[in-house]
Amino acid sequence: MITQGTFAQLPELDDSEIESQLRYAVGQGWAISIELTDDPHPRNLFWDLWGLPMFDLVDPAAALGEVRACREAFPRQYIKVNAFDARKGRETIALSFLVQRPPGDEPGFQLERQHGPGRTNRYTLKAYSSQQPHGDRYQ
Amino acid sequence: MTATNSDHGGFTMPRPGSPAEPVRARDSSTPGRVDESPPPDTAPLEADATVDLASLGAELGISRTLDELDVQLVGLEAVKQRLREIGALLLVDRLRDRFGLHAPRPNLHMCFAGPPGTGKTTVATKMAEILHSLGYLPSDHLVTVGREDLVGQYVGHTGPKTKEVVKRAMGGVLFIDEAYALHRPDNERDYGQEAIEILLQAMEEHRDRLVVILAGYRDRMDGFFALNPGLRSRIAHHLDFPEFAVDELVEIGHRMLAEQSYELEPAAEAVFSDYVARRRAQPHFANARSIRNAIDRSRLRQAARLVEGGGMVDRDSLRIITSADLLASRVFDEPTRPDDAPSPLPN
Amino acid sequence: MTTVSNGSTSTRWNAGVLSYKEMGYWRPDYEPSETDILAAFRITPQPGVDPEEAGAAVAGESSTATWTVVWTDRLTDHSRYQGKCYRVQQVPGNLEQWIAYIAYDLDLFEEGSIANMTSSIIGNVFGFKALKALRLEDLRIPVAYVKTFDGPPHGIVAEREMLNKYGRPLIGCTVKPKLGLSARNYGRVVYEGLRGGLDFTKDDENINSQPFMRWRERFLYCMEAVEHAQERTGEIKGHYMNVTGPSMEDMYERAEFAKELGSNIVMMDLTVGYTAMTSMSKWARRNGLLLHLHRAGHGTYTRQKSHGVSFRVIAKWCRLLGVDHIHAGTVVGKLEGDPNMVAGYYDTLRDDVIPVNPAHGIYFEQRWASMPGVMPVASGGIHAGQTHQLLHYLGEDVILQFGGGTIGHPMGIAAGAAANRVAVEAMIKARNEGCDVLGEGEQILRNAAKSSPELLAALDTWGSVTFDYESTDTPDVVATPS
Repeated sequence: MITQGTFAQLPELDDSEIESQLRYAVGQGWAISIELTDDPHPRNLFWDLWGLPMFDLVDPAAALGEVRACREAFPRQYIKVNAFDARKGRETIALSFLVQRPPGDEPGFQLERQHGPGRTNRYTLKAYSSQQPHGDRYQ
Repeated sequence: MTATNSDHGGFTMPRPGSPAEPVRARDSSTPGRVDESPPPDTAPLEADATVDLASLGAELGISRTLDELDVQLVGLEAVKQRLREIGALLLVDRLRDRFGLHAPRPNLHMCFAGPPGTGKTTVATKMAEILHSLGYLPSDHLVTVGREDLVGQYVGHTGPKTKEVVKRAMGGVLFIDEAYALHRPDNERDYGQEAIEILLQAMEEHRDRLVVILAGYRDRMDGFFALNPGLRSRIAHHLDFPEFAVDELVEIGHRMLAEQSYELEPAAEAVFSDYVARRRAQPHFANARSIRNAIDRSRLRQAARLVEGGGMVDRDSLRIITSADLLASRVFDEPTRPDDAPSPLPN
Repeated sequence: MTTVSNGSTSTRWNAGVLSYKEMGYWRPDYEPSETDILAAFRITPQPGVDPEEAGAAVAGESSTATWTVVWTDRLTDHSRYQGKCYRVQQVPGNLEQWIAYIAYDLDLFEEGSIANMTSSIIGNVFGFKALKALRLEDLRIPVAYVKTFDGPPHGIVAEREMLNKYGRPLIGCTVKPKLGLSARNYGRVVYEGLRGGLDFTKDDENINSQPFMRWRERFLYCMEAVEHAQERTGEIKGHYMNVTGPSMEDMYERAEFAKELGSNIVMMDLTVGYTAMTSMSKWARRNGLLLHLHRAGHGTYTRQKSHGVSFRVIAKWCRLLGVDHIHAGTVVGKLEGDPNMVAGYYDTLRDDVIPVNPAHGIYFEQRWASMPGVMPVASGGIHAGQTHQLLHYLGEDVILQFGGGTIGHPMGIAAGAAANRVAVEAMIKARNEGCDVLGEGEQILRNAAKSSPELLAALDTWGSVTFDYESTDTPDVVATPS
């Protein structure tokens, strides 16, 4: 099970818990964006955007509605919510957590060790899922 | 530890403990707050309990909001009466609910019909506050939009634009000014219809978190509704905002002057009434907004008069608007203006 | 040479000994310029020494002066180069101590050199006989000088983006025992900790290259552990490879090897000195690795209130010379740290403008001109049961290093790591939901422990452990509780 995101090792958040976090983010004036992927490699930083980031929200229900719509459209992908703080000195993500994992067991990763000189190894990490083409991952 | 951005122009990292204050620097709508804690009056009541409605209304701030409206808005008696009724209905509904007398949540979408400058936006702001304090809306914010905020320029643009506005307004009131502009009967490929469809869907789906107020001239709204019966059927309350009478406009003018620490010299009172009557009869009259513009221009003339006059000024001379400051307006030239002259913007 | 008519000026240059005040180092009328470096010294003059003279002496000895008049001063625009003591204030409630405020012209310092700044400001002057004790409390570094430094190789924002971790404190653990483990066993601790949920593990300050474990072996095993933990968690992990060594050549060699292995971070100790730290900072910036600093040894000069250098000054120097992490106190752990003082250090490291705040020991407004912030590290005797206090005092841009609090867990190292991670995440979640973390902290942890046997065991083992000793370094002013 991948442990990416602010609440990775807690039990999965239900929708009302997700809404609480969205309320906090919206209350801070942060923009909410929803992103999805079927390649959970830890260095895959650019997941696909579900629409544009939502700025100037007041009611978190608006963002939760988008989370639900995204889940419905992509039931077999990882989906996360990012909250972006545009304030000077931050100007980056302030909160980021998964709101959906693909159904079933996550197949995880393969670690390849390529033996090098002086007992060193070159390490390569591959997501098993990404060895299938898009669309065939997480059946 | 408590320094904030505005204190010194630098930045601080987010601080622990209590959540930081919300920042909404770029929000053009009224600042909202989402308060999910239910209003204090939701506890169920026993069948034989009694409740003092007046004090409940006061506790929820309804009476205060209505009183503020009374003070802030001149005239509009019918609108205020309607607002009181809606407030009363919602208050009673709340209470019935607590006694276990369940009724479906009332439809709260509205139409404010009337010419510009008749207080529609002000009343909408108050409406948002009332609905929030009664627990019908999670926030008290108002998002004001026009056609250009909803309708896009090309295929596929309108949907996201309208949806974004709906999301921003969610939790509060969406005020659509000159709503009939959404419909362009002369252009069958206009994207306005798409915006209307999305609004309709939002009004239905998010009934519990979004109140839509459509605003515009009475006759044009009627025409708009005739062509969009689906919208009409979802509007529960039609409020009429009539033109202000001359004496109401004069009173509005006095209040505006007082707010800005100005005063008419006694001799200017009659001139001002005359001005209002003449201006009201001219084209492009926008009620309170025109009065505000007229006052702004009389301030310009007062300032020019003081500077050009030279000599000493005192506090009073800085406060007083004289007849001359008003009479210089082109409104007073109107009867003598030749009919074939290009129509100047009324002044 | 023209005859000098002003009497005082003529005697100023007579050969012999003159008081520092008379030599121009006491300038109560001086208005500091915005490019001056300002210093606040806590001085304890010898009995009978006038505090103004003592302040002037400090200004003199830390700038141009020597013990006697020298005519060669007159070959310079000496009044410009003189340190100027412009104010002396008695410490509230202390008859022996005074705060002397001294302004130094920018020209006295080499650009981008902490070594040069320290040689002046805390050079000879600290041995000066006329003072019983001397402490540098705070420095105002003018923006003009700040801009001659590179600052942190990455900074807080870039680090979070590099690690893809947002919205919560990062958590780490120092491998224990500090000394004696073989490289293979050492790597086991790293793997277990990271797999269980830590973001980082750490070499301790005195793990360099000893007979029981040479640095190269350690790096090999630790990297295997890091990569394997990444495979298990799908999350970016790191181990601070301590590259501290006997010479710069050794340090570079170690750092290069860490880079070749794919490590995302290296660390060094404060004991290597300001120049070596600056060199490592440049190396880290050039090579894209995070740079962690362990403040080993700082307690020898930061802890005592009457003599030495305050840690907030060390923090400023380290932000300037450029580190990404620095140990800055825990408030609740086993090491010295008054809550108000620690708050001042954290502000100094993270914020862009730090306003004057006597209650936090901040004497001057400090402007960093957008220089990235340094991630403070809280380490030393902290455990999961204190998470609410840690979040309250330290905020979320901090690295919480639970050493014993991870490795000593009764269910194992990975379980200890999981307990800490769950505690931190649960606390952030509760805070965002609107809970009062300080007041309801213990309940929040107990609730979280219902679905985490690891956290439950941690709370049962250490829940009541506190280190409640009085701090030695405290602010002179305490804010009135509001």
